[in-house]
Amino acid sequence: MNRFAPIALVATIALFLQGCAGWQSALDPKGPAASELAWLIWFFTGLCAAVWVLVMIALALPLMMRPRARVEPLVIDADADNRKLRVVLTAVGLTVVILVGLTLLSFFANRTLAAIGSHAALTIRVTGHQWWWEVRYEDATPSHILTTANEIHIPAGEPVRLLLTSTDVIHSFWVPSLSGKLDLIPGRMNVLDIKADKPGVYRGQCAEFCGAQHANMGTFIIAEPREKFDAWWNDQLEPAAAPMSDEAKTGENLFLKRPCVMCHKIGGTPAGGTVAPDLTHIASRQTLAAGTLTMSRGNLAAWIADPQGVKPGSHMPVVDLNGDELNAIVAYLEGLK
Amino acid sequence: MSSADITSERDLPPESEASAKGDIAPERDGPRDTGLDDASLHRWLARTWRTPRGIIGALSSVDHKVIARRYLITAFLFLCLGGLNAVVMRIQLSGPQRGLIGPDLYNQLFTMHGVTMMFLFAVPIVQATGIYLVPLMVGTRNIAFPRLNAFSYWVYVSGGLFAWVSFALSMAPDVGWFAYVPLSGPEYAPGKRADVWAQMITYTEVSSLAVAVATIVTVFKQRAPGMSLDKIPLYVWALLVTSFVVVFAMPAVMITSTFLILDRLVGTHIFNPAEGGDALLFQHLFWFFGHPEVYIIFLPATGMVSAIIPAFARRPMFGHLGLVLSLIAVGFLSFGLWVHHMFATGLPKLGASFFTASSMMIAIPNGVQIFCWLATLWDSRPVIRTPLLFVFGFFFIFVIGGLTGVMLASVPLDLQVHDTYFVVAHFHYVLIGGSVFPLLGAAYFWFPKITGRMMSERLGRWHFWLAMVGFNAAFFPMHIVGLWGMPRRVYTYPAELGWGNINFFISAGAVLFFLSFVLFAFNLVHSALRGAPTGDNPWDAGTLEWATSSPPPSYNFARIPIVTNVEPLWAEREALPVATGLRVDVRELVVSTVAEAHPDIREKSATPSIWPLLAAIAVGATFLYSIFTPWAIVWGAAPIAVTLIGWFWPKGDPEDEG
Repeated sequence: MNRFAPIALVATIALFLQGCAGWQSALDPKGPAASELAWLIWFFTGLCAAVWVLVMIALALPLMMRPRARVEPLVIDADADNRKLRVVLTAVGLTVVILVGLTLLSFFANRTLAAIGSHAALTIRVTGHQWWWEVRYEDATPSHILTTANEIHIPAGEPVRLLLTSTDVIHSFWVPSLSGKLDLIPGRMNVLDIKADKPGVYRGQCAEFCGAQHANMGTFIIAEPREKFDAWWNDQLEPAAAPMSDEAKTGENLFLKRPCVMCHKIGGTPAGGTVAPDLTHIASRQTLAAGTLTMSRGNLAAWIADPQGVKPGSHMPVVDLNGDELNAIVAYLEGLK
Repeated sequence: MSSADITSERDLPPESEASAKGDIAPERDGPRDTGLDDASLHRWLARTWRTPRGIIGALSSVDHKVIARRYLITAFLFLCLGGLNAVVMRIQLSGPQRGLIGPDLYNQLFTMHGVTMMFLFAVPIVQATGIYLVPLMVGTRNIAFPRLNAFSYWVYVSGGLFAWVSFALSMAPDVGWFAYVPLSGPEYAPGKRADVWAQMITYTEVSSLAVAVATIVTVFKQRAPGMSLDKIPLYVWALLVTSFVVVFAMPAVMITSTFLILDRLVGTHIFNPAEGGDALLFQHLFWFFGHPEVYIIFLPATGMVSAIIPAFARRPMFGHLGLVLSLIAVGFLSFGLWVHHMFATGLPKLGASFFTASSMMIAIPNGVQIFCWLATLWDSRPVIRTPLLFVFGFFFIFVIGGLTGVMLASVPLDLQVHDTYFVVAHFHYVLIGGSVFPLLGAAYFWFPKITGRMMSERLGRWHFWLAMVGFNAAFFPMHIVGLWGMPRRVYTYPAELGWGNINFFISAGAVLFFLSFVLFAFNLVHSALRGAPTGDNPWDAGTLEWATSSPPPSYNFARIPIVTNVEPLWAEREALPVATGLRVDVRELVVSTVAEAHPDIREKSATPSIWPLLAAIAVGATFLYSIFTPWAIVWGAAPIAVTLIGWFWPKGDPEDEG
């Protein structure tokens, strides 16, 4: 059919191998749900490829034969048509069998997925915002409830229940290495159970178009051994670290006097805004602005100085700061481990 | 009304024999075609059916071929604009963190790409092809409701202008062609962009509904004598089924966009969860239209395939009845699948599983169609010309798209690939493979009928291979990058995810694919001016449109043909039997019975009129005004009423008085 197909195929395979080491890939499963789904994807792909090859062979056959003399088009060989009818009916029958098989397979895969989270001990509420994720760890003891943003620490090897909702537009939570996606819809609560087999960092991002910065709404699932996870949770419950240097103290004062305090919360200080990410332990996170920048002094400064340049359309306003003020605020935030 | 008086060399059904001449009052009657020789018949009909001269005359035209040509050219221009959108997006995505365009423009671009391709290109062009071909294929002189047909074109153009002028003013919708609430609602989409989306939908749906109604009535009531249901060409069946799908699907999206504009403009809370509304309701309404929409675009293309294959295989379609039943089955089933666009919204698992089954089921009638086409080709050893090449391309690409569709039908599998580039790849395989490739084949196939000249075969082959390579290079790797985790509708992506190289490859393919259309456009213009002149039936095909001259005269057929076979030109090699008895001094056509196509009555066909254009301007202005205030409906009612009164002003014909 397509004489360039082999070249395209080789090129595609080369590209495929090159990108296989992804940490946000449905083909690189790191949990039971994603493994089940990857198997399902490969099975469907294999079967569909086989069907496609058969159809292409059936199409290529008449082209292989020698042209014959043109006959009167309405004179039809009835025997040949009867043979064709048998072939077509067989093909339709096979189609039905394959489709019923695939439907059943998909039902059973769905059952397997539903069973994964049946014993989840940990419940995390994930709320979508334009364009970041609010993460709240639920606990029976109110003082143990923890609110953070964008990075979700979970204990490895244990099922975790995520409660998904949104306060503004529809988002979709998707960490392909661990599970399929599920929407965060205002006015509704969806339940997604995930489990990571081994410790590691798994990237995900919003999968439902949610406005200007849909592309920069990343999230990380950080799976850790249970004891490390518990220690992390305890650390995070602590109020913010007091500023150590004079510059950082200046920074804290500036933070509390400038518009920053209107939206952000820093535990242990008067800053109590809830419309933007909680910054109590911001320096303990790996990234800034929902996975847009890696955490560093320079990137913190860049993000505060020019949020609309880093993430155009984001709801973080430009705050008028001179160089010293900017440095002071960055020094303060950098200390919030 | 007067009863038919149709005679021919053939045996006619008794009722036409029985129709007595006496019941037509002589003073009301004018000259008939019965006794006229060919030359004077042509003179009479050309004078009666011609489009008036001058600009006003051109704007008044109700000739289905003139309207269809305008539709085809306009839709092709929109295709080029939508394609340019895509090229710009692909350049932006050709590497990680590229800064060619920012999110604001990118979001307008992908929304305009979707809106343009769906509403301004795909649906209009398949309907336009039907407007041109259906009246010719069923052997009548004009489409039913010719003025409504002209009106539909003007409304379509004003909707397209409205959208693209908005884009030029940087107020094009940026909420996606699906415009989900709350993102498109009053709180999160300030400004007029989402209103432009909502009203643009209304324009194009009005025009598409008008064409659907005209097509249905043409097929049911204007078929040539003898073209009983079993002798209707498959292409006409496809357009008939499509038109019914349009009639039932389009109101859903008009309701969706109207509810949205009510929320935005009047302050209702239909989609606002905080006030008891529901954001998911929007998605149900939208996809109840959105899924049939795919089949509105795809079914006419299957009709084109069913017209091209028999001509080259040199035999009637194998499994004609099976194909007709498949078309009807697909039309019905297309309304039962919409939820598979919403698997990720967290619907109850049992309900979602039902839609897995129904989505799988639609593969059965589609499979039947494919097997019947293949069976027709089997022992036929076809002559391979460009139209057939594009049909082969259709098989190659569409079957992949259909099979990935089966993958998406599975709820669990869909949750991994939904809203990723895998889906982008899937529906481009379905829509470009399933509809654009047959359309390109159809362009090469019917171009000689429309212009009287052949398209260049050499350029056609270049075009085909360039399109094949470009398309597959652009879209096949998207399956892979989607599985690697790349979501749709992102204006950029981080370098560390490793999607850079494959995206560069995709962008190169997209440019190649775009160039194939440049070549096609050159071929169109070049062949229209310099192509080899051709006869009435260059492919020796069997359906009625090939019985008349190329290009067809304004009246289509000098004498109305009588149909004895599903491929009438193959059955009657010497000369088609014809029916006579129509008046030649006024526009008259044969109205026949629905099932048997017995000639029933002679019916007047509307004359050229400027009022459809004026009505379309009034309607268009009202829609435009209504993005600013709901009172537009009140103020707009008056000019619309005036234009409609002008349109339907009694002509003083005895027929109208009765």
